[in-house]
Amino acid sequence: MSAAETTAKTVKERAEEALRDDFLRQSVRYTTDRLRSARLQAARDQGNWEAWRERGRQIRSHTIAHLDYYLNQFAENARANGAHVHFAETAEEAVRIVQAIAQRKGARTVAKSKSMVTEELHLNKALEDIGVQPIETDLGEYIIQLAGETPSHIIIPSIHKTRRQVADLLSREAGEELPTDTPSLAGFARRRLREVFLTADIGMTGCNFAIAETGSIVVFENEGNARMVSTVPKTQITLMGMERIIPTWADLEVMATLLPRSATGQRLTVYMSGISGPRREGDGDGPEELHIVIVDNGRSLQLGDPEFQELLNCIRCGACLNVCPVYRHIGGHAYGSTYSGPIGAVLKPAFKKNILEWDDVADASSLCGACAEACPVKIPLHDMLVYLRRRKVEAGRAKPPEALGMKAYAAVMGDAGRFRRALKLGRLGMKPLARDGFIRARIGPLAGWTRHRVFPVLAGQSFRERWAHLERELERELAPAAPGVSERLEEALRRRAEKREGGVERHGG
Amino acid sequence: MKVSLFITCLCDAFYPRVGEAMVRLLARHGIRTDFPSAQTCCGQPAFNSGYWEEARAAARTLLDAFEDSDFVVSPSGSCVHMLHRYRELFRDDPAALSKAERLCEKTYEFARFFVEVLGIADLGAKFPHRVTYHPSCHGSRLLGVRDEPMELLKRVEGLELVPLPYAEDCCGFGGTFSVKMSEISGAMVGEKADHVLETEAEVLTGSDMGCLMNIGGHLRHRGRPLRVMHLAELLYEGVSGA
Repeated sequence: MSAAETTAKTVKERAEEALRDDFLRQSVRYTTDRLRSARLQAARDQGNWEAWRERGRQIRSHTIAHLDYYLNQFAENARANGAHVHFAETAEEAVRIVQAIAQRKGARTVAKSKSMVTEELHLNKALEDIGVQPIETDLGEYIIQLAGETPSHIIIPSIHKTRRQVADLLSREAGEELPTDTPSLAGFARRRLREVFLTADIGMTGCNFAIAETGSIVVFENEGNARMVSTVPKTQITLMGMERIIPTWADLEVMATLLPRSATGQRLTVYMSGISGPRREGDGDGPEELHIVIVDNGRSLQLGDPEFQELLNCIRCGACLNVCPVYRHIGGHAYGSTYSGPIGAVLKPAFKKNILEWDDVADASSLCGACAEACPVKIPLHDMLVYLRRRKVEAGRAKPPEALGMKAYAAVMGDAGRFRRALKLGRLGMKPLARDGFIRARIGPLAGWTRHRVFPVLAGQSFRERWAHLERELERELAPAAPGVSERLEEALRRRAEKREGGVERHGG
Repeated sequence: MKVSLFITCLCDAFYPRVGEAMVRLLARHGIRTDFPSAQTCCGQPAFNSGYWEEARAAARTLLDAFEDSDFVVSPSGSCVHMLHRYRELFRDDPAALSKAERLCEKTYEFARFFVEVLGIADLGAKFPHRVTYHPSCHGSRLLGVRDEPMELLKRVEGLELVPLPYAEDCCGFGGTFSVKMSEISGAMVGEKADHVLETEAEVLTGSDMGCLMNIGGHLRHRGRPLRVMHLAELLYEGVSGA
């Protein structure tokens, strides 16, 4: 089932569809397994990984805290290099800017290298609407375009496709049965895309990092297609999220250490292109005209928000997807947005001001924290998911039965006496449902649980009910203090006091 | 010196034997435990679902219950980690916030209390079985209790510890997640259980009853019931010969 065909409205429903797709689950599991072990290996080989992550976080946080300054610096320098810089507040505005350039150039085809921002803007459709044909030249994106789908992973767009499915798509395009081995399939795409590079009127790229100090764009890629689209066509359009900025080339060293390792476990991607302006006199190649479109589209909502500003630190490496146990089982399309996985689950609602437009995506996480642990710039994604849930509740958008349940929870757990009485009542209520100590019935709020598990019955006597008796027994059993135990406890108390004083001093000084 | 047990609502209600094993193990080393009965729940189910007001109602019982304790010990890394979230939960309530700071610094997960605070890793237990250990996400990843349970297990006489494949992957419990997103959670626990069965262990142990209730409940649902026990239970059985 492709994302385009589904009628499912919620993440929960789409996830249930995905869970029935064995091809998808097999493909996603296979590739994410490979990527996550490659990342760990690359981090070990690099050494001092935690220090690199911390440096990465600092660079990104500093940049985002001064984003207005660095954006200005970038735009000024890029203009001085001869580029046209456009700012787009909304997706619609960004689309209009690109359409206008394409129309002015009388473009018929646009050769695109991979760009998630263009996916976010649904730019391909917008170009088709004005009679311009966009052609994806990244192999994964090309496959997805042939399938009429959207990417299901930030860096591996066709991660959910098996080799067989890819061979079928490419064979259909070739008009002949292609062998399913990688060289044959890649060979076909290479021949086909070569024509695209040579004939396209416009080359379009994304941007991994924009260097403020020189107004340059940096693109990481493995296939050479981004370099082709940024050298052959006469006009180049680069789209970038407004947060892609880093201050200097020295900062790029840190980012270039973190990004490929976190994404695919590579020490560096096969190509890393730095582009500073259009073709100059004496240059052998390059576009005559370079347009840079800087897109906001909800990003500035995070600026100044202490709970979400760090979201803009993201460098779109996809590491959080590769370690996410939820993504592993449901793939990317179930998230129902351009960005999937843990980062997508946060970005999707965070980019929308109106809470009414939020769906249940923030609930699609067990909050295991694997994402934050893998993140090369240490974004606390699992915490952000909790903040999103809280904002929804505070806005009164929670489901009424759940809100009622939580009221009851607070009433019971707010007082130990009520908790004790609730345990007694619960035991009585569970009695008719239990068989050999477990409940299997699929009723009420338990149904979701018992579809996959048995539920235990409450203990005959809770710990608190047992305590008085147990305490007397323990009094009789109490051994003499083991050697050194009292000293260890005293020592721990002393260290704690020291730490507290140290903390106060630091606070004061 | 007052050492108190933070039992957690789950163990209190469903697994009192875990708390019992803990306090008996402590008593064997001369540590008298106290159980302040004003405690209920750490508030995590409400907190993680976004109901912070409701979470505060539960959390306050802990702030009060453990106010005079010198040490607080708990069988759940997840619930102990929740105390660290009180800094956010009570950010607008300075009095509660300072109580929360005190509570955080004196509260320890069970294995960490033994290994790090008491400096005791060999409890003198014998447990001649093939065992695998599931490191729960919150305890290991968020609280950082990774080595301590291993230190305790590797000193148990006769115990054969089999590494769990994909050990660091979440079991799919996630509190209310297991009910709200039950199909995703079901797929996750299914894969976790596959890995547990691959080890051919006789016993699955861990440091969080939420996860163990999930994995154990799934194994029983599949008709492959395995002996599932908290690390404290395993150790107590190992020293008492039960």
